[in-house]
Amino acid sequence: MKSTSSENLNSTKQFSRRALVIGGMQLSMIAALGVRMRFLQINEAEKYRLLAEENRINVRLLPPSRGLIFDREGRLVAENLPNYRIGLIREDTGDLEEILTKLQNLIYIRPKDLTKARKELLRVSSFVPVTLAENLSWADFAKVAANAPALQGVFTDVGLTRIYAQNENLAHVVGYVGPVSDHYLKQIEDPDPLLQIPRFQVGKTGVEAQMESKLRGSAGLQRVEVNSAGRIIRELERIEGDPGTSTQLTIDSKIQNYALARLGNLSASAVVIDCFNGDVLAVGSSPSFDPNLFVTGISTKKYDALRNDVFGPLRAKAVQGTYAPASTFKMITALAALEAGVLKPDDEIICTGHLEVSNNKFHCWKAHGPMNLEDAIIQSCDVFFYSIGQKVGIDRISNMAKRFGLGVKHDLPLSAISRGVAPTREWKKKSFEKNWLLGDTVNASIGQGFVLASPLQLAVMAARLGTGQAIQPRLIQNMNNVNISQEPNKKLNVNSDHLALVQKAMFGVTNTKAGTAYSRRIETNKFRMSGKTGTAQVRRITAAEREQGVISNKDLPWQQRDHALFVDYAPADNPKVAVAVVVEHGGGGSSVAAPIGRDITLFALTGELPNLKHYPTKFRREIQLEQEDIAPRLIDWTSPKVKERSKA
Amino acid sequence: MSYLEYNLKTVPTGFKKILALNWPIIFLLIVISSIGFAMLYSVSGGVVERWAQPQMQRFFVGMIMLFIVAMVPSWFWRNISFITYILGVSLLLSVEFFGVKGMGAQRWLDFGFFRLQPSELMKITLVLVLAAYYDWLPQKRTSQPIWVTIPLIMIALPALLVLRQPDLGTALLLITGGGAVMFLAGVHWAYFITIISSGLSLAFAVFQSRGTTWQLLKDYQYTRIDTFLDPSRDPLGTGYHITQAKIALGSGGWTGRGFMQGTQSRLNFLPEKHTDFIFTTISEEFGFVGSITLLILYLAVLFFCTLSGLSNKDRFASLLTLGIGSTFFLFFAINMAMVMGLVPVVGVPLPLVSYGGSAMLVLLLGFGLMQSAHVHRPQRK
Repeated sequence: MKSTSSENLNSTKQFSRRALVIGGMQLSMIAALGVRMRFLQINEAEKYRLLAEENRINVRLLPPSRGLIFDREGRLVAENLPNYRIGLIREDTGDLEEILTKLQNLIYIRPKDLTKARKELLRVSSFVPVTLAENLSWADFAKVAANAPALQGVFTDVGLTRIYAQNENLAHVVGYVGPVSDHYLKQIEDPDPLLQIPRFQVGKTGVEAQMESKLRGSAGLQRVEVNSAGRIIRELERIEGDPGTSTQLTIDSKIQNYALARLGNLSASAVVIDCFNGDVLAVGSSPSFDPNLFVTGISTKKYDALRNDVFGPLRAKAVQGTYAPASTFKMITALAALEAGVLKPDDEIICTGHLEVSNNKFHCWKAHGPMNLEDAIIQSCDVFFYSIGQKVGIDRISNMAKRFGLGVKHDLPLSAISRGVAPTREWKKKSFEKNWLLGDTVNASIGQGFVLASPLQLAVMAARLGTGQAIQPRLIQNMNNVNISQEPNKKLNVNSDHLALVQKAMFGVTNTKAGTAYSRRIETNKFRMSGKTGTAQVRRITAAEREQGVISNKDLPWQQRDHALFVDYAPADNPKVAVAVVVEHGGGGSSVAAPIGRDITLFALTGELPNLKHYPTKFRREIQLEQEDIAPRLIDWTSPKVKERSKA
Repeated sequence: MSYLEYNLKTVPTGFKKILALNWPIIFLLIVISSIGFAMLYSVSGGVVERWAQPQMQRFFVGMIMLFIVAMVPSWFWRNISFITYILGVSLLLSVEFFGVKGMGAQRWLDFGFFRLQPSELMKITLVLVLAAYYDWLPQKRTSQPIWVTIPLIMIALPALLVLRQPDLGTALLLITGGGAVMFLAGVHWAYFITIISSGLSLAFAVFQSRGTTWQLLKDYQYTRIDTFLDPSRDPLGTGYHITQAKIALGSGGWTGRGFMQGTQSRLNFLPEKHTDFIFTTISEEFGFVGSITLLILYLAVLFFCTLSGLSNKDRFASLLTLGIGSTFFLFFAINMAMVMGLVPVVGVPLPLVSYGGSAMLVLLLGFGLMQSAHVHRPQRK
């Protein structure tokens, strides 16, 4: 092809022009790219660098180990044991079913856990680990770990789980932990981030719940580098959290164990208080339950069984339960009367078996004849107190009751502590919008009617009666080995002569032939106890029934039988321990509650199964059989299973 | 000018041909590819075998091809250009029937030992055939409608076939690359204005067709455009690429985090970190300094290419050289713009750096042609 030179020149010119246009366009685009680069990398660098960090760094919480709980002797009550878990990450698993089958061939996985895990697997993102089974035995755990290469996506992991070393023994005291409920999470405004950890355990009842903030500890942080799938590549930083405060209770688990064993199968409770400093040595409610069941997740069947049991094993009766204190209240009425000056120590009142007050007949359990205060307490004469109660008036009785810790909420870290009732006119008006009647005072003077007290309150009352000091109960001895400072006991604002008289009468209850609990006496001088029985009526005895003869307890359905009560302190001359026992619908205080109180008192004083020599000869055989009966319920404290706080 | 007019004695022969090569470009290609090797080594987390080594092997093969192609006189390539074009189109057609599916598109022909991506080959072949066409076409006919329609068909045929695969990026590259050659050849401005405006109307139609029965693009192509327009709309879904790429780029700062220290790509936040998005790793690890350096290197290649094309008195050679230069420019400009969120994510690799056999070989083949044109350029006596 020929072309002229002018055409050639033209085309060359045109080509260069076009090439320059293209080159110019290219250059401007390259300039635009450079500007954009500068903008992204320099001007916005800070913003994007931050975003990159966020991408890369994941902050994980390290749950602290929960504070341990010991009894006063350093015996472990609640500890944390390694929880061998296996879990699964779906995205790492090839064929989920195949892996699960393989796993089930290897170890037993509860069907319940498996369904739960399956549900969770469907719900969460595929890279989120899902727990398959917890609390595995070491053998099972090791099996899975050893076969890990064949089990794609399955991981093993060790967490901590709460264990209650003494099982039933302290269930109502320490309570138990369980996973945080969503309901609970919603209620609190600024929840601890720890609570967001799936299956994180918090205290649900008892000391575990009340001391939650101390026991929980604070979370540690782990900064990890993750890839886009959320998998950890490496750990960048680790800040250990603070473990929860280890807590030492004032409880002596040995006494606690004996008290529970002695209560046996009764629906009953017992409280033992140290008369020097108010340490609660035992606060047992029977029947009890195993708190460990709740930690691992109790089955509905078992839970319903516990809940529907008429003996109420889940109730901490010793602090929650309130009962008419009945005759154990008579000391209060007596002291109020003495203080008011309406009664002189030697004043005599004749008991005819009943007393007519505003057209109502109030009965005594027998016609005692002439009684002074001491006789009235020893023989538990009701008419005497009906009579003096009217003279003192309810408000002064109530005032005295409060000084002895009745109708007052004792501040212990336990769930649902009852205030009880030390009624006043005002109180009745407020609560029932009814005026106080004289009959109410008469009832209250023998601890019936509106008066209500918990076994804990009764034990505090006994301690205060025995010492004349305003003993304050306490449950926590030290935290992280630092003793809880305690104010010295204040003297009770009660005339000491009056108190001495009441104390003498209480000594008489258990140590004179006329005493209602004479047969329950302790014969060894240095352990002699002073006490008071009580039998709280839970039903109304009609005039018709009274004429035909009152139906005895054993002929009544259980729920209608009387509550049996007993309070004491010992040794009588220099009290070390105060005890209160309430047996729900147990019958008579002297026949049912007093022997239990006596045995627990002896155990608390001697620290061992009461020696038969402390008992009156004629009861020794019977008591020996009883001791043999309860022996299997006692924990063998010498067994290596019973762990003690390490000296370190 | 035709080769008959060449003073053959002035064209270097034998060993002199090697000296006559455009060495600055060869040197720049080696430098850019080496950056690519280093980056592939980095994103693989320090495993040579994974990406860097195969890439080096391909580069080696590609360089040998470049030399061989460069040694063959350019008029040979011009003479067989139409045959290669026909071959290229048939390969594209066979992809349609026998192609291997990958990443939601049908792009490869599997020859067992080698997977060929004919659309890549087409990028060079189209430039080659258009350069030959305009060399053959008398100048005065250049802007005559019939002689404009022919190259338009030559561009549209492979572009449509590629679009069917579907591969929007390559189709755009073919259209713009071919258009550039037509523009350089001197086709009248009016044609370009008409075509650009009709292209815009087509784009409008594309959007209008969305959701109707005659929808022109695949759904994923629409979503790509959507996320380009507003990547924050779905940061973990389709907008993820762009957002993460921007994070990687931005976190580089002035000098970057250092070689092998980029967290975005090392930790798999970046999808396609070794292919289309490798630029983000360069930016993250070497910062603004690193990325602007790469841009300057590309610019230098373009500069030497343009210089060679302008100084070449042979029409075919200069059209070919500038056409290949423009294609090269489109590669890196679209890739970088896409990674920096300036244009939609269309799947164009970063030339010589991104991992991928076809693109690397085809680019070196293209530069081989350019070198052939350079070596065999008519010399003044």
